[in-house]
Amino acid sequence: MRQQNLIVIGNGMVGHHFLEQLAESGQADGFHVTVLGEERHIAYDRVHLSEYFQGKSADDLAFSTADQYAQWGFELRLNTAATAIDREAHTITLDSGETLPYDKLVLATGSYPFVPPIEGNDREDCLVYRTLDDLDAIREAASRSNTGVVVGGGLLGLEAANALRELDLDTAVVEFAPRLMPVQVDEEGGGILREKIEELGVQVLTGRVTQRIEAGTNARHQMVFQDDRLLETDLVVFSAGIRPRDELARDAGLTMGERGGVVIDDHCRTSDPDVLAIGEVALWNDSIFGLVGPGYQMAKAALDTLTGGDRAFTGADMSTKLKLMGVDVGAIGDAHGNQNPGARFYRYTNGIAQEYRKLVVSADGKQLLGAMLVGDNSYYDTLLQYALNGLELPDNPESLILPASEGGAPALGVDALPETAGICSCHNVTKGDIVQYVHDGYTSVGDVKAATKAGTGCGGCAGQLKEIVDHEMAALGMEVDNSVCEHFQYTRQELEHIIRVEGIHDFHTLLKNHGHGLGCDICKPAVASILASTWNEYVLNPEHVGLQDTNDTFLANMQKDGTFSVVPRVAGGEITPDKLITLGEVAKEFELYTKITGGQRVDLFGAKLNDLPSIWQRLVDAGFETGHAYGKALRTVKSCVGSTWCRYGVQDSVQLAIDLEHRYKGIRAPHKIKFGVSGCTRECAEAQSKDFGVIATENGWNLYVAGNGGMRPRHADLFAQDLDTDSLIRFVDRFMMLYIRTADRLQRTARWLENLEGGLDYVYDVVVNDSLGIAEDLDNQMARLIENYQCEWKTTLEDPEKLKRFRQMINDDGDDPYVVTVEEREQPRPATAEEKLERIPAVSV
Amino acid sequence: MTQQNEWTHVGSKADLVPGAGIGARVGDRQVAIFHIPELEQSLFAVDNYCPISGVNIIARGIVGDIQGEPVVATPLYKKHFSLLDGRCLEDDSHRLRTYAVHLDGDQLQLAPQDQGQGAAA
Ligand code: SRM
Ligand SMILES: Cc1cc2nc3c(=O)[nH]c(=O)nc-3n(C[C@H](O)[C@H](O)[C@H](O)COP(=O)(O)OP(=O)(O)OC[C@H]3O[C@@H](n4cnc5c(N)ncnc54)[C@H](O)[C@@H]3O)c2cc1C
Ligand code: SF4
Ligand code: FES
Repeated sequence: MRQQNLIVIGNGMVGHHFLEQLAESGQADGFHVTVLGEERHIAYDRVHLSEYFQGKSADDLAFSTADQYAQWGFELRLNTAATAIDREAHTITLDSGETLPYDKLVLATGSYPFVPPIEGNDREDCLVYRTLDDLDAIREAASRSNTGVVVGGGLLGLEAANALRELDLDTAVVEFAPRLMPVQVDEEGGGILREKIEELGVQVLTGRVTQRIEAGTNARHQMVFQDDRLLETDLVVFSAGIRPRDELARDAGLTMGERGGVVIDDHCRTSDPDVLAIGEVALWNDSIFGLVGPGYQMAKAALDTLTGGDRAFTGADMSTKLKLMGVDVGAIGDAHGNQNPGARFYRYTNGIAQEYRKLVVSADGKQLLGAMLVGDNSYYDTLLQYALNGLELPDNPESLILPASEGGAPALGVDALPETAGICSCHNVTKGDIVQYVHDGYTSVGDVKAATKAGTGCGGCAGQLKEIVDHEMAALGMEVDNSVCEHFQYTRQELEHIIRVEGIHDFHTLLKNHGHGLGCDICKPAVASILASTWNEYVLNPEHVGLQDTNDTFLANMQKDGTFSVVPRVAGGEITPDKLITLGEVAKEFELYTKITGGQRVDLFGAKLNDLPSIWQRLVDAGFETGHAYGKALRTVKSCVGSTWCRYGVQDSVQLAIDLEHRYKGIRAPHKIKFGVSGCTRECAEAQSKDFGVIATENGWNLYVAGNGGMRPRHADLFAQDLDTDSLIRFVDRFMMLYIRTADRLQRTARWLENLEGGLDYVYDVVVNDSLGIAEDLDNQMARLIENYQCEWKTTLEDPEKLKRFRQMINDDGDDPYVVTVEEREQPRPATAEEKLERIPAVSV
Repeated sequence: MTQQNEWTHVGSKADLVPGAGIGARVGDRQVAIFHIPELEQSLFAVDNYCPISGVNIIARGIVGDIQGEPVVATPLYKKHFSLLDGRCLEDDSHRLRTYAVHLDGDQLQLAPQDQGQGAAA
């Protein structure tokens, strides 16, 4: 039997799917297949194109390889475009001039990004977002740019905007319609979507018609809008919709749609039965389907048309569920409700959680015609089932879009993170990965940890990991267990209440009356912290000693080689030359590695357990106190030099920093606490990245709260302005006490505030207006904590019993022979495993 | 029960810290000894050497239980080792050696596990 010549023009997603289906159908032998692809890459996953910017390579995204095509017996010609079809001669012409004969032709040429015909649209760095090559061009241009604008606020536009944002450009989206994603969402939904996207730092300009693009003053270009307003930008990406790549078909005289697209029937045949069209180039029932699902269905129908099967294309559901910059958007069926006269609506708007949901139901209230979701797609699957299967709606359809549990809105903190946000940098796990595992049934932090390895490296991401797992589980309607651990069925806050109300002073009593088992490394330090911040007793009292993390037990931070670091307090970063000399002498005597920390003090590393008391004796004698680098407690108050020396300083920031540091030192909290005090608005102390930031003004101090550096930086929020020192301190006292009482374990102020219902306004009300009537209580508790301060090292040195703990071995006073250092840059550092092998005498292990 | 352990004297009762661990040397090995007064069998001894971090620090870990099994959490990487048989609950490729431990009057004594009844027997 003679093989038919089958030519497939276009090696995109749908064309590839067609070929894969053909190969798998076992009927490929009937055809001599030639595949033409204009791009230089073999078909790849365009839907996940953006992942190219997140580290995926072209190979990762590719669906196949040239070898695979060869094995299938298909001739693949990449970098080759068809330029004409001669239907009479049954040939096509290539850009090389070559002609190829065909018996059957499949058009799978997809579509191209529409670039509005505005003056200047061809300027340098005016790009589109469709192919790998486009992304290469964007990346290259971005490396030379500070700002970027996406023209078009639809699905692809927002995806492009996210990419620009992730390329560190100041990004704006310009949309011609009055709202974002006009196809998927209505005005109200668009408003919420806009808020969410603006919160991610992307500027949104709607209802803007770009007149022209011309040379800019500060940036490469400026966009001129119809109202003559200007927007400067270095880079422009057009994403103003797609147009079918139908030029070959048009030139060949095939029947076309009014607004483009090659008309096909249910069997994907064009007006010429020897020419088929599939994917985004095809127009079926007056519709172009800009999604890959319908394209795949067309590919299957076309295959059957060629091989005598009976699958036909009869339309496709265009419901979509997306996550754009971490924002859920869902549109089901007639989401706007404008295709069904008489349709009725239910709407749910939550301006706090930024969620919007809408149901479109039939006039009799029995059928779901459509639905729209912004902010939370967890409702999508159920709604889709109702719409697709025509299920009869319950009596109160609104229940389908009301929050599943009245028990409070889901945490906004992690919710606002995009799916792609890296959570665990040790094991490269994103929020999306974690969410996926939860959706796949890994429904405890432990399960997700085991599956993703997130949290098993440095452990620094544990808090966020738990937040995401809890949040996702809550979103899925599953019960979230907020117990501290298996030994207590209580949250940290509940335990705090119990301890305070019942006046409990030790772990044992708490466990006996309110928990079970022996406790563990989660609940013990958590309870130790609560006990400390409630009663502020010496942490090494016998009843507390076993509760403390190693660092607290030995009042020093353990390092990777088992030795410890020593960090004396240097309040405000101010230190006398004599004290500096002492630090140097101690470091020399005990052979310690010395480093200036990021917190304006000095860290001495490599102290052996049995040397810690002698080291501290020297330091205490010289007037140093413990710096609590080991504790979940106040760390440092960073200061700048302020009005004393600096020509710009307007207040004495050093004095305030020292005062604050001495006031709050030693207070145990759910997590560490940092302050910064800057002497003027230039902010050299980086106060806005601290839990408490203070910036001097002409009239006093501005107080900022809940900033964070570290893993997920957060700019502090302005809490109050132009405060005198007393008010400042009063507000900090109360704010801190409220945080200590109500935060979860290992939750910094930033995450606490983000997750707190009512947010900053609520706290302000409690702290400043005493809305809960607890201000006095908070003041008193703080006063008691301050009063009970002691330098733990000083106390320890006075008690020989306590000092007994600082022995590596009870029956040997020597050092641990396994601790080995080598010299580097004139200081000691821990030996590597290999270096150790050479230096430690062989041991029978 | 035959008592054929070769007990080594390492310290006294006063060296024990209730609810926590201490380190002791037996030959060229370091052993971590834990005292958990809540349990009838209240003394446990395992290697002080943590195979995960390669450092002698097990004695500095927090003790507790996981579903009733007494464990110690390694201070550097927070993995749990059973005090009964020394296995790592998160990664079964790691295991600590266990030792027999008891008080003979005031004397704290250790013996290799494989020579006598276990601390957990
Ligand atoms: C020594 C120092 C680095 C240095 O060489 O400069 C340091 C060292 C450690 N940091 Fe830090 N951080 C140090 C300044 C910082 C700063 C900068 C600052 O304070 O201005 C930050 C970012 C600011 C912030 O906290 O918001 C910082 C953010 C972290 C984080 C992330 C916290 C977060 O909320 O994301 C961790 C992990 C944690 O606490 O869970 C961490 C944890 C650690 C630990 C405790 C990790 C560990 O468990 O071993 C390190 C041990 C310190 C030690 O042994 O003494 N360190 N760390 C700095 C000590 C400052 C001090 O004098 O006390
Ligand atoms: C950033 C992005 C995100 C997307 N996200 C989603 C999503 O989440 N969900 C979803 O369903 N869809 C999504 N899409 C749409 C989806 O990618 C398309 O529906 C799908 O790629 C259509 O497949 P196709 O084969 O018809 O067209 P394409 O994949 O565009 O393939 C057509 C190919 O034909 C080539 N070609 C054109 N003319 C010629 C010629 N004359 N000669 C030779 N070759 C030619 C083109 O170069 C191209 O490689 C997204 C698209 C983009 C760009
Ligand atoms: S000092 Fe801080 S940033 Fe540096 S390695 Fe340690 S935790 Fe990480
Ligand atoms: S960041 Fe997750 S374990 Fe280190």
